[in-house]
Amino acid sequence: MAKNRSLAARKEALKGRSSVIRKIREFFNEGGYLEVDTPLRIPAPAPESYIDAVPSGEWFLQTSPEICMKRLLAAGYERIFQICPCWRDGERGRLHLPEFTMLEWYRLDADYRDLMNDCQALVRFLSQAVNGTRVISYQGTTIELEAPWERVTVAEAFRRYTSMSMEEAEERDLFDELMVKEIEPNLGVKHPAFIYDYPAARGALARLKPENRSLAERFELYVGGIELANGFSELDDSREQRERFEKEAAFRAALGKTSYPMPDRFLNELSEMGPAAGIALGIDRLVMLLLNSADIGEVVSFTPEEL
Amino acid sequence: MYTVADLRKGLKITLDGDPYIVIAFDFAKPGKGQALYRTKMRNMINGTILDRTYRSGETFEPASLEDRKMQFLYKEDDHYCFMDNQSFEQFHVDESALGDAKNYLIDNLQVDVLLFKEKAIGIDVPNFVNLRVVQTDPWAKGDTSGSDSKPATVETGYVLRVPPFIEEGELITIDTRTGEYSTRVKG
Repeated sequence: MAKNRSLAARKEALKGRSSVIRKIREFFNEGGYLEVDTPLRIPAPAPESYIDAVPSGEWFLQTSPEICMKRLLAAGYERIFQICPCWRDGERGRLHLPEFTMLEWYRLDADYRDLMNDCQALVRFLSQAVNGTRVISYQGTTIELEAPWERVTVAEAFRRYTSMSMEEAEERDLFDELMVKEIEPNLGVKHPAFIYDYPAARGALARLKPENRSLAERFELYVGGIELANGFSELDDSREQRERFEKEAAFRAALGKTSYPMPDRFLNELSEMGPAAGIALGIDRLVMLLLNSADIGEVVSFTPEEL
Repeated sequence: MYTVADLRKGLKITLDGDPYIVIAFDFAKPGKGQALYRTKMRNMINGTILDRTYRSGETFEPASLEDRKMQFLYKEDDHYCFMDNQSFEQFHVDESALGDAKNYLIDNLQVDVLLFKEKAIGIDVPNFVNLRVVQTDPWAKGDTSGSDSKPATVETGYVLRVPPFIEEGELITIDTRTGEYSTRVKG
């Protein structure tokens, strides 16, 4: 018998993971996307209030391939996708690993609504290909993928599931707490759900809604209460992006967090990009959902504690 | 001093002056939002359960607890008396703080007593203890009910299921982690 029994017992899950990733590549290759590999170690991650990069020498391990992938868009690559590891310092829990695997895809001439449609097509395709069904059975709940997926604004979700408005929650610094405790458990229970139009301050790289600049064209996809993907219409105005980054950097400095150099090359090239949309989806969580695994540690070869 | 990064199941911290043990823990972080450390804690003195959510930067004092080897002496009303193996000092523990451990307390049993500010608040008994069966019905030969166990009462008053061949007066080993019958002690 294998010395490492828990690793041996994970063989079926790792086989499942491998087929999910193979099918993701098939989906995007057939959709006319180019698979790209951008460097994992970068000099200047996007400054975001609550995402902490792991230092690597003078540089950092990427928290997302976003900066490099948008430079590709700006250089005229219309449809690109990438499957890569990302690192976020201090994140560990049932749904979090400090090193995890991300799927990101980006499209020119598209907005966040197009990405929601992509998500529907992708998850249906994967469920059919891997499990032979358009139903996800996850930890005692049954999630139908065929029927139209729920779409609810963040403001509506606060009205429906909490005792205060989105604006009040922002003001009283209770947005995240209410999201986790009151809203998330209700999202994507019968069908997957998109929750969209976040407060502007919660999408440092997202385009603001032209008709209401207090909201960002950003959405999250939830399946069975689990946050699976975050996408948005990309902000393509260099000057506005620099201002938003400076605001985030100042906030990080005020909290005593590591400061990063400004990603100047990205900011210089951004104005050439034009309208675009991009999304990040956690592959480990997608595998959890498709294989009915309760903990993210069950779908990776090694957790940090096992190394 | 602990930080939120130390939070995990089993961690013992001081909160409002009382020792608490973390009985459930989850890390949550809604997309692009701040990290939330959700805990469920049990007050180690009165058993009250608390739900608390912490954010990055918060700190905790460890619970100042001490484990001491002691011997069980006797039970009086609703408290139990133990003696420290080294100082011979005697300690009283309320029945409510003992939990399932009270099912296994026989005279002279060696246990670990948990002290908070010199007050005994809980005990750990050995994983296996031997207790004598004081009451169990004889196994009727030819019993066709198909039952493969029967109730038995041991000397502490604890009732558990044992195999049909166990008779009154016999000594059995109980696994204190599950409260279940383990083996019959020969001789």
